[in-house]
Amino acid sequence: MKTIRIGCGAGYAGDRIEPAVELAEKGKIRYLVFECLAERTIALALQARRRDPAKGFDELLGRRMEAVLPACRERGIKIITNMGAANPLGALEATRKKAMQLGIRGLKLAAVTGDDVLDPILRENPIIVETGERVSGLKDRLVSANAYLGAEPLSEALQKGADVVITGRVADPSLFLAPLMFEFGWRPYDWDRLGQGTVVGHLLECAGQVTGGYFAVPGLKDVPDLARLGYPVAEVSEDGSAVITKVKGSGGRVTPATCKEQLLYEIHDPSQYITPDVVADFTGVKIEASGEDAVTVRGGRGCPRTDSLKVCIGCLDGFIGEGQISYGGAGAVARAKLARDIVLERLELAGIRYDEIRTELIGVDALHGQDITRNTGEPYEVRLRVAGRTRTPDEALRIGNEVETLYTNGPAGGGGASKAVREVIAMLSVLIPRSLIKTTLHIEEI
Amino acid sequence: MKLRDIAHARAGDKGNTANISVIAFLAEDYPHLVRHVTAKRVKAHFAGLVRGGVARYEMPNIEALNFVLQEALGGGVTRSLALDPHGKSLSSAILEMEIPDR
Repeated sequence: MKTIRIGCGAGYAGDRIEPAVELAEKGKIRYLVFECLAERTIALALQARRRDPAKGFDELLGRRMEAVLPACRERGIKIITNMGAANPLGALEATRKKAMQLGIRGLKLAAVTGDDVLDPILRENPIIVETGERVSGLKDRLVSANAYLGAEPLSEALQKGADVVITGRVADPSLFLAPLMFEFGWRPYDWDRLGQGTVVGHLLECAGQVTGGYFAVPGLKDVPDLARLGYPVAEVSEDGSAVITKVKGSGGRVTPATCKEQLLYEIHDPSQYITPDVVADFTGVKIEASGEDAVTVRGGRGCPRTDSLKVCIGCLDGFIGEGQISYGGAGAVARAKLARDIVLERLELAGIRYDEIRTELIGVDALHGQDITRNTGEPYEVRLRVAGRTRTPDEALRIGNEVETLYTNGPAGGGGASKAVREVIAMLSVLIPRSLIKTTLHIEEI
Repeated sequence: MKLRDIAHARAGDKGNTANISVIAFLAEDYPHLVRHVTAKRVKAHFAGLVRGGVARYEMPNIEALNFVLQEALGGGVTRSLALDPHGKSLSSAILEMEIPDR
């Protein structure tokens, strides 16, 4: 029976590179997928591209390609990634250059474009899901609009013999579904297969999160050798059932528990997980141990895909200014509270405007608020954090400054102040008909 | 007893909505979770934190419950002022829930 081994070499833009190399060299994989594009990443990438037309793709693309291309070339492993971000063609060019530098020839590099739908969105002016208002109301605050593409254009690139497939916004599981559709000849209406393939893609897409990352609790949920956490491999059969495993000898562990946690990660209604390819149903999924660090996953189903596609819209939404400072020893909390009141009063006296402000005591109530925390006893040390959203960068800066000046103008013993300002790009969404999407496949041979 | 005595959990984010899975360590404890870890109780547990509604989905196939918490992330990951804008630490918060002994 034919099986295909797919590895996941990254679960987010900044992810570790060593496990991807380990997968390429020792994973006996046919495909290496890098998922590197969070919602907001593409809006930031588009801004980078506007400043410099050669940029706008994943900043680690060069390093990742350099690290894995030699092993992938040697073993015939195909690479699929959304590291193209806001500039898949730029990423293609950067990959070509890197391959040339490495002396690698005889590769087919492909880029899929068409996820950027800013122009049609401006023309069609759809309603924003979160606010109920028209896109035109955002005016010049609108910076990006990217549709979630599905597996089909990627599968087509593989059909054309591509060794490396680079995209921008593609639904995460679709990056993994594409090679399965290509290898097993699944049709775009084999809903149950696509549903189960989506389950496999979903389990892999966050890389280390299914092999023991985001899982360990010492003494209760121990994970061996987490420092050398290995990334996952799915050995997938023609019917879509898969064994989730990892490179032998790598750190981490794959158990039914790690797979169950990841199956529901970022899922709302598990009977209706909507992707561009299929509406996947996780409610029949069976997860069973089938060996050491091997878990069999089967039973995912699917219903016909939706007529519309989700588009992520990035819009400028002011600035966030933040400051932090620590207090320790007797009365630390009282001093931190005094410091907080001083900052808020000084911002008011200075007439600094903000849309929202939040203060918290790290070590007391910062993560979950006072209701859940029910702190029993005074902590030895505490860190005040003040964060506010403002219209201008100057006002945002002022928030951090008012925390920093507590050194010499606040309660006793304040130390380790820090401050930061960042531009806010809020992410909203609209739905558009599939007919508005035109994807293009670019292929370059080196 | 605390929820963490019989279950583990993982939190995820989508916009301003958080989801938290609650998974029984042992299959035989799943009915206890279904009975006692209701959407209403979770909403009350997160009263100070979650502004919107809480929905619960049952997954007997993997002995898990999935909770979807609306308006839970301070406006969403990209514009939230929270220290943990993704709400990743919410899994630890739900496990602090008191539930009746089984």
